[in-house]
Amino acid sequence: MGKRIGMEVSIAAAEAVKQANVDVISAYPITPQTHIVEHLSELVANGEMDAEFFCVESEHSALSVCVGSQATGARSFTCTSAQGLALLSEITFIASGLRLPIVMILANRTLSAPLSIWNDHSDAMMVRDCGWIQFFTENGQEVYDHVFISYRVAEDRQVLFPVIINMDGFILSHVIEPLEMIDQEKIDQFLPPYEPLHRLHPDQPITMGAFALPAIFAETKKAQEVALQSSLPRILEVWKAFGDMTGRYYHPIETYRTEDAETLLVTMGCFGETASVAVDQMRAEGRSVGLVKIRLWRPFPFDDFKKAVQGAKNLVVIDRAVSPGGPKGPVGSEVRSALFGEPVHPAVYDFVAGISGRDVAPSDFVKMVGKAEIEIEEGNKEGYELYGVRE
Amino acid sequence: MTKPENEWTWKEIPVGNVILEPGNASQYRTGDWKSLKPVLKKELCIHCGLCYIFCPDMAYNLDSEGYFIADLFYCKGCGICAKECPTGAITMVMEEEGK
Amino acid sequence: MTENLNVFAVRTLTQREYFAPGHRSCQGCAEALAVRLVAKAVGRNVIIANATGCMEIVSSPLPYTSWRVPWFHVAFENTSAVASGIESALKVLMRKGRIPRKKIVTLAMGGDGGTADIGLQSLSGALERGHNFLYVCTDNEAYMNTGIQRSSSTPFGASTTTSPAGKVQTGQVTWKKNMAAIAAAHNIPYVATACPSYPIDLVQKVKKGADVDGPAYIHILSVCPTGWRSAPELSIKLGRLAVETGIFPLYEVEKGQYRLSIDFPKLKPVKEYIKLQGRFRHLTEEMIEGIQKRVEKEYEQLRERAKRGF
Repeated sequence: MGKRIGMEVSIAAAEAVKQANVDVISAYPITPQTHIVEHLSELVANGEMDAEFFCVESEHSALSVCVGSQATGARSFTCTSAQGLALLSEITFIASGLRLPIVMILANRTLSAPLSIWNDHSDAMMVRDCGWIQFFTENGQEVYDHVFISYRVAEDRQVLFPVIINMDGFILSHVIEPLEMIDQEKIDQFLPPYEPLHRLHPDQPITMGAFALPAIFAETKKAQEVALQSSLPRILEVWKAFGDMTGRYYHPIETYRTEDAETLLVTMGCFGETASVAVDQMRAEGRSVGLVKIRLWRPFPFDDFKKAVQGAKNLVVIDRAVSPGGPKGPVGSEVRSALFGEPVHPAVYDFVAGISGRDVAPSDFVKMVGKAEIEIEEGNKEGYELYGVRE
Repeated sequence: MTKPENEWTWKEIPVGNVILEPGNASQYRTGDWKSLKPVLKKELCIHCGLCYIFCPDMAYNLDSEGYFIADLFYCKGCGICAKECPTGAITMVMEEEGK
Repeated sequence: MTENLNVFAVRTLTQREYFAPGHRSCQGCAEALAVRLVAKAVGRNVIIANATGCMEIVSSPLPYTSWRVPWFHVAFENTSAVASGIESALKVLMRKGRIPRKKIVTLAMGGDGGTADIGLQSLSGALERGHNFLYVCTDNEAYMNTGIQRSSSTPFGASTTTSPAGKVQTGQVTWKKNMAAIAAAHNIPYVATACPSYPIDLVQKVKKGADVDGPAYIHILSVCPTGWRSAPELSIKLGRLAVETGIFPLYEVEKGQYRLSIDFPKLKPVKEYIKLQGRFRHLTEEMIEGIQKRVEKEYEQLRERAKRGF
């Protein structure tokens, strides 16, 4: 049993990176990720962590440095938010195509314009197709835990994909939470040193990053796509091993009081904790409501999701990003497409709430569920609303 | 022998699309590109090696007698060797059809 | 006279080719030659990060590679950042004992586009951070790989597809960006200019740059017959003329000290260089006169610096 302490989540994340024996850290400061980078640079400056740390001249270079170092066989880490993610997004697709197991913490922040430093998922939604494994976390403990989980998943020879750990900016990054640190010997057993499948070294002169003509490109994409899909069983194995070590078991889809629930809230990220308070309130009033939380965003766990919502009449999806001109909210549209082939499936009502850090209280969840149930009853089975906007 | 790109199946491609065989481009016959080819007059050659060092296609090899001989498998017929040869020992001649 | 000695020392270079034949460059490509010579100079204990561009495309069409040393292409503008990552990984892995200690050169290569334009930021960052790597820019004076579009390295007056010689505008309107000076302004230990028409000089400079502790930058003029509209067999002669006319002087800046690699009692007129290239064929006498004056002025300034030392 490790020691249980109160720690700012960003600091805990940095401590996890230290405990994971990361070799190269390269980042560019952007609110709200700054505390992670600052603490890491302190750890290196004090000799508490033996790693090469660079505050580089742009986020694009930050991920590029990690690509270079990972390809040479060093465990690498970076973190960013919103605009920084947008800038380095070019390299995210490349890192996935090159199958480099980099881990990146994304302190979710809203994309400009207008400029805003506060939290939502618009940055994560921008890179849905970049080919990285993507986790969403709900609290400080999950962020801390997932640094180790992510490296073990990423570096698995059957996986070899980079991983994004989504952590809500400010709401998680700047908040002090109680969490249990894991003893270093346990970490070292759980996460052995990185052994690359291919590495850049004069002893094996390989070429990485060749270009592909149309005649061969489709084959490379199929190989990548199949590999990402096939990583799901390995992710489950790592989660099980982690659970056996710490007692905290994670799943691709997590449910809360969904037994016999007529209406289910669907959330991602730290909405989950607030929504569970709302569910308790509504259950206490005798309403048939439950909560489904998506933890694994990519590869999307279709089977687990369908199982979790089976039998429900209404789904109330709470998105945290807008998809202008698109099919309503991004998570809502993915949920709908996941259920499209099912002979019987619930109605899906889509809210976008909490964008750019606007507070969403349990009472708001109660209101949203109430509204959705009424609208669906009246025949509007595919509603969509940007919640809480002043008219 | 590396298969050309249109013969690979998706399962055969190494992880991350790495190329494991160093320098396997040497299987590719760029010599088909030329219309002129270099011809050496050995009597004029002073073995300076300029043709060898200035060839962008590494198409010159030293033979057992100390002459640098063009490898027509790679030679693209650019004519740099003929131009730079200090004694004019190399001339570019039109390649015959089908040869 | 010094030239001739260099020429006859050709056979002292290694016969090994780390850049294999069968690459898909155009006939007479002096950039391919530059890359060949750089590869000979650094040898097999190297890891190369390469920018998107001509050399990357001609040398790595999946499943073929011309590289007999470890080579990595990522994107267009981040070669220096990727090289920074490679260098740091080697450093930390050797320090932690995970790979044996050995001298391995980190070499970053990019064209003029990937260095002076889109790659300038990451280059500046890597030079400022002081990584131990060598950056080689092979400059063919335009975005050749995508179809001869102008870059900030395109010389004044040159006609490219995005700075064409037309009725109202006559080719590139700005003077070539001085990348060697920009690199030197970062106070790095070694900066040099080179040209494959002077192969021994090029090889010596690359070796020096690879050996120096800290960042090094070498700018190599790469004649491109396709983009410059010159005859392929003239690629070496044109490189030589660029140096002999003072348009592309060969020099080194070692710890801030300037030194000319080769000086001429009298520079050849720029016209001799210009007239052999189709990209300049629209130039008026007046424009050529303007170019001549500026080339002479800048060459004099360089001579002064070399005399002063700094």
